[in-house]
Amino acid sequence: MKNTSPAMQTLPARRGGNYLGLGTYLGLAGALLAMIVLFSLLSDHFLSYQTFSTLANQIPDLMVLSVGMTLILIIGGIDLSVGSVLALAASAVSVAIVGWGWSVFPAALLGIACATLAGTITGSITVAWRIPSFIVSLGVLEMARGVAYQMTNSRTAYIGDSFAWLSDPVAFGISPSFIIALLVIFIAQAVLTRTVFGRYLIGIGTNEEAVRLAGINPKPYKILVFSLMGLLAGVAALFQISRLEAADPNAGAGLELQVIAAVVIGGTSLMGGRGSIISTFFGVLIISVLAAGLAQIGATEPTKRIITGAVIVIAVVLDTYRSHRARRQG
Amino acid sequence: MSASVQTAVLSVSGIGKTYAQPVLGDVDLTLMRGEVLALTGENGAGKSTLSKIIGGLVTPTTGQMEFQGQPYQPANRTQAEKLGVRMVMQELNLLPTLTVAENLFLDDLPRRAGWIDRKRLRENAIKAMAQIGLEAIDPDTLVGDLGIGHQQMVEIARNLIGDCHVLILDEPTAMLTSREVEMLFEQITRLQARGVSIIYISHRLEELARVSQRIAVLRDGKLVCVEPIARYNSEQLVTLMVGRELGEHMDMGAREIGEVALSVKGLSRAGKVENVSFDVRRGEIFGISGLIGAGRTELLRLIYGADSADSGGIEVGQPLKAVTIRSPSDAVEHGIALITEDRKSEGLLMSQSISANIALGNMHSISKAGLVNAGDELKLAQRQVDAMRIRSSSPTQLVSELSGGNQQKVVIGRWLERDCPVMLFDEPTRGIDVGAKFDIYALLGELTRQGRALVVVSSDLRELMLICDRIGVLSAGRLIDTFERDSWTQDQLLAAAFAGYQKRDALLNEAAPRNDS
Repeated sequence: MKNTSPAMQTLPARRGGNYLGLGTYLGLAGALLAMIVLFSLLSDHFLSYQTFSTLANQIPDLMVLSVGMTLILIIGGIDLSVGSVLALAASAVSVAIVGWGWSVFPAALLGIACATLAGTITGSITVAWRIPSFIVSLGVLEMARGVAYQMTNSRTAYIGDSFAWLSDPVAFGISPSFIIALLVIFIAQAVLTRTVFGRYLIGIGTNEEAVRLAGINPKPYKILVFSLMGLLAGVAALFQISRLEAADPNAGAGLELQVIAAVVIGGTSLMGGRGSIISTFFGVLIISVLAAGLAQIGATEPTKRIITGAVIVIAVVLDTYRSHRARRQG
Repeated sequence: MSASVQTAVLSVSGIGKTYAQPVLGDVDLTLMRGEVLALTGENGAGKSTLSKIIGGLVTPTTGQMEFQGQPYQPANRTQAEKLGVRMVMQELNLLPTLTVAENLFLDDLPRRAGWIDRKRLRENAIKAMAQIGLEAIDPDTLVGDLGIGHQQMVEIARNLIGDCHVLILDEPTAMLTSREVEMLFEQITRLQARGVSIIYISHRLEELARVSQRIAVLRDGKLVCVEPIARYNSEQLVTLMVGRELGEHMDMGAREIGEVALSVKGLSRAGKVENVSFDVRRGEIFGISGLIGAGRTELLRLIYGADSADSGGIEVGQPLKAVTIRSPSDAVEHGIALITEDRKSEGLLMSQSISANIALGNMHSISKAGLVNAGDELKLAQRQVDAMRIRSSSPTQLVSELSGGNQQKVVIGRWLERDCPVMLFDEPTRGIDVGAKFDIYALLGELTRQGRALVVVSSDLRELMLICDRIGVLSAGRLIDTFERDSWTQDQLLAAAFAGYQKRDALLNEAAPRNDS
């Protein structure tokens, strides 16, 4: 059956055509641009170096968490524990440095290891007993937060400036943590679209049974995605420690909703099988610019929340409309 | 009834429908009172579109319709149903967790002061079921507890509540056992006697010849004939449908039957499969026949490790060696492939391209160090598209846009890249049009010539008799008998299929539980 036809080599490859076309990015970029223009008109100070560097300084945590969450949504899962896991990692780092006198790198590794373990536990339980990850991660959310309080006696630990280099701008207001987060995004996008692992994730999210019956065991891949989510929560914890120069066991409370919102605004499907890291990056930018802009024009906290919530809903409605139309035309 | 047969109930003229491309063009058709009109054609010929237009689900792009002498332009299904034009779709529209009576009257439950009037509901349901001769089914039975055949009857009964002048049945026998088919035919005759006109869509030609008086054949969206069905034999009808001759006899080509490639030893799974053993040799097609629910699919899934066996095992390889198979990935490692019955839910990534679907399971040949080579992926897909003659615009086309036959070829194409010496096919031609069927048969022949051992499960006995070297018959989970080519008859095979069910009534009771107590 390997009779090769000579006419076949000439077909143009549709780059990334299976996933999201350029059109999606244009839509998201347009929305972002519109938002920037709007806030520039409403506030004289918005379009400034200051805003830009503040944003670049603040979003790396959200960026890396959203990358992990995108992969999880693609396999049809969800992880509500990311905020708590971040706090768990931060607590582990603070205990290692303040309590045990460890130096920065081993402490950082310990934090990341704890977070990765937490993610692996969520993934393993989800896969082994076929429980929805929603409920497993809800349990892990509570447990991770509890362990964080236990370790720190519920107190914020001041770590000092040993991690500060991560969030100190090196050029144009850009810090090493922002650069690391960007690298994570580009690597993850490449992994998703160009590797066997990425293909399997999309396959699992589209039709797990078909993947299994094609002779591929989906379980290790699913667990691995949750482990990666944990690892990235650990990295985000380091970014946060470096910015605050402290480790707070209350850190990241409610962060999971912000992360999921960013991913969904980017157009990743909650039903699995469809998503893009680059789109998620736009989602992060949109939600962050919105927050920064609203703050600058002096919106009150309640107003900010109402508007942010509305933007999330509108984004999902637009996305649903778009995919319906795409299906009809297909 | 003979006088009224001449009255037209429904006529359509110049009906056409265009989506991105025209799918139906310029159809003229008249339906007489009390007749059964067979509507047939290959998949994608426009049967469903035409029936949906009549049923009010789709608005035609061109043409007019007349119903009982009045212009007929249903805006939606409800409007068509009000006038008495009803449609039973392929997928049943019942709620399995509700009772038969509740399903029958779901849109208008009898109420008293806001509460459901159970007594009246029950009475009405008994009346409705009696209309089609199903007094035997207790209306308080949960629909989910009924056999699929009876569910279909309930669906039909629901459509007969209120006025019904035209009833469209879309592939009503696809899921039925032959006994249930008989039951359906009896009901069709009754309805006909009541003056109901029926449009019967199917591509099972022998059925059409039995129930219908006239046949309408669609090909590529055009009506190619409307004639009394008695004028054609099935070969002529196939020619009309596909527009070319197809040989009735299948020459699978010269091939060598070699060593045993797969030996199944006493496989069992509680309640499904009981102590099944057989051998399949290289170059051989071993057919598995039996009624629906006899354990055919379950047997293949056990061999493939998709479900785990309670006892028994398999041997593969040369020389034969017992292997442990706990999962499909184990099976694939030992050179066993399974092409599942349900392509959509178990075979394909519907929202993905042909190339992504073929690549799934072949990553080793198109990737290096975990990185997919996009060029190789496309070449692989193109190779299979050419080899399998998959009709598509390009390998990047989405599989959801392909016809059933071409989707099946994508699934098979995925496996051809891996040299699996043992291939298990579960209903490889279900829901596939006649032309594509013969492509699949030719492919099976080609696979045996390469020395592979094939196991083919099919509900179509004639298909098995056409392509198999041996046929094993499963009945109630047990392998009753194995027949050699040239030593079988259709009657023997059928008798074996029923042999496992000791009394015929056992089947009936299973299908329709009654609350006699």
